[in-house]
Amino acid sequence: MRRIKEFIIEKLIFLSGLTCVLFVLLIFLFLLKEGIRVFKAVSVLKFLLGKNWYPISEPPQLGVLPLILGSLIVTLGATIISIPLGIACALYIAEVAPLKIKEVLKAGIELLAAIPSVVLGFIGMVTLVPWVKNVFHLPTGLTALSGSIMLAFMAMPTIVSIAEDALYAVPKSYKEAAFALGATHWQTIYRVILPAASSGILAAVMLGIGRVIGETMAVMMITGNSAVIPHSILQPVRTLTATIAAEMGEAVVGSEHYFALFAIGIVLFVISFIINVSADLFLHRRKI
Amino acid sequence: MSNPKTTQKIAFFFLFLATLLIIVPVGLIIIIIIRKGLPAINWEFLMDIPREGMRQGGIFPAIIGTLYLVLGAIIFALPLGLMSAIYLSEYARDNFLTRIIKLAIVNLAGVPSVVYGLFGLALFVVFFKFGASILSGSLTLGIMILPIIITASREALETVPYHFREVSYSLGASKWQTIRYLILPNALAGILTGTILGLGRAAGETAPILFTVAAFYLPQLPKSIFDQVMALPYHLYVISTQVPNVTEKMRYGTALVLLILVLFMNLVAIIIRYKFRKKKKW
Repeated sequence: MRRIKEFIIEKLIFLSGLTCVLFVLLIFLFLLKEGIRVFKAVSVLKFLLGKNWYPISEPPQLGVLPLILGSLIVTLGATIISIPLGIACALYIAEVAPLKIKEVLKAGIELLAAIPSVVLGFIGMVTLVPWVKNVFHLPTGLTALSGSIMLAFMAMPTIVSIAEDALYAVPKSYKEAAFALGATHWQTIYRVILPAASSGILAAVMLGIGRVIGETMAVMMITGNSAVIPHSILQPVRTLTATIAAEMGEAVVGSEHYFALFAIGIVLFVISFIINVSADLFLHRRKI
Repeated sequence: MSNPKTTQKIAFFFLFLATLLIIVPVGLIIIIIIRKGLPAINWEFLMDIPREGMRQGGIFPAIIGTLYLVLGAIIFALPLGLMSAIYLSEYARDNFLTRIIKLAIVNLAGVPSVVYGLFGLALFVVFFKFGASILSGSLTLGIMILPIIITASREALETVPYHFREVSYSLGASKWQTIRYLILPNALAGILTGTILGLGRAAGETAPILFTVAAFYLPQLPKSIFDQVMALPYHLYVISTQVPNVTEKMRYGTALVLLILVLFMNLVAIIIRYKFRKKKKW
């Protein structure tokens, strides 16, 4: 009797082990099932490179280029801000900070990771947006720049914690050897530790970018949501994620608009898939 | 050539500056929300339904809605995530299948939250015909926090030393008995920590519930799991962008309640982890 019970339990455990694979497949299949139908109305090329996103005009114009560029410009801005700051912060925590301050800083980073994105979006709306408006004398502060700053901030926990792990993983003997050769602490960090941790840091940066591209609520609240091709970082833009979140509520189930939003979902899923798989490869190469 | 010592001083100063640039805003955000949100918090705000187009009254239905959603998500995700973690830590061999499973977990963790919303809409709301309901929303949130629970539980299981298992086997215990009576109790703190962190994440997410459950304005409590509910994060989004002329006090108050809810869960997780570390004897 006990053997039968244990046999069943072990089979259940095995099946549970597979659920994550199942869910990834299900997500992809359902996005595909709904999203692919938009390509009856518009070709793949026209969808990806079309310059007009007027989903509710008659006939609907479903070109997502403005949205892709919107996501790109916001992500680029956030990346430029967050990579140097994030790596510097990770270096400070891992190498320079005294033990007590280190604990406080780590708690602060965890705190930032825990704040819901809608709260950060709200705070961005009431503080960052007016600031950007005043500093650059713009008609509105809801711009790609505001989004970039906010998203850079939101990518920090990912970048800092993973980069910090990578820095800790560098064998202590490397550091000792560099010191023994008369190198200063900074020379050791710059010439020995950073190169040794480079693949982990690269993974940190990639996962940070993944977080930025996928972020939805904060970006929807502070980038102004105008689906036109952006010409400068001081203009309102609309990202891929914000488009889905803002329009799905009004899209009729089964309409071309509905299918098009799922097709945007496919684009996002594929981007995040590529980022995560390659970051995983970098993280595992480090362990050799 | 500049002096290496001076270079080091300058470099460390910039590292410190970068760290400040990240940490100080975190502190400021928390302080601003507490200072401006605290005056709004009173019994009426917490326990009353929203009135006059959400410009007056309280946020009680949104609080309850979020609690229901989080509870539903955890009922679904904890058993599944825990069993999955047991498989990975105790049963899985180092082979191709295991590699695929780990990759799937990493991917699931990286899928944008709004894509979970789309998936929940397509699978639960439309395909299974659950409609926009607590059930659909909870399942969507549950799948989203699954990787958090699996990763934390797996780490907790794997820190139980290998010789514990050997001792148990040598006493004639079966594999499942060993897991059930020895490894799980020893990993409990880590599993709890992961679960609570998952709860916090589920409570704060907005995008996955946008099309699967969240109601714009629904001043009553749900009667079954097939009802829609209001939820705190969505409510904050609604009153800060969709409804004009909501007082700043209401907005900050809602943000504060949501923040307290989420941070409280994280605090509990941190305390459990800390107490456990002190008690751990191996």
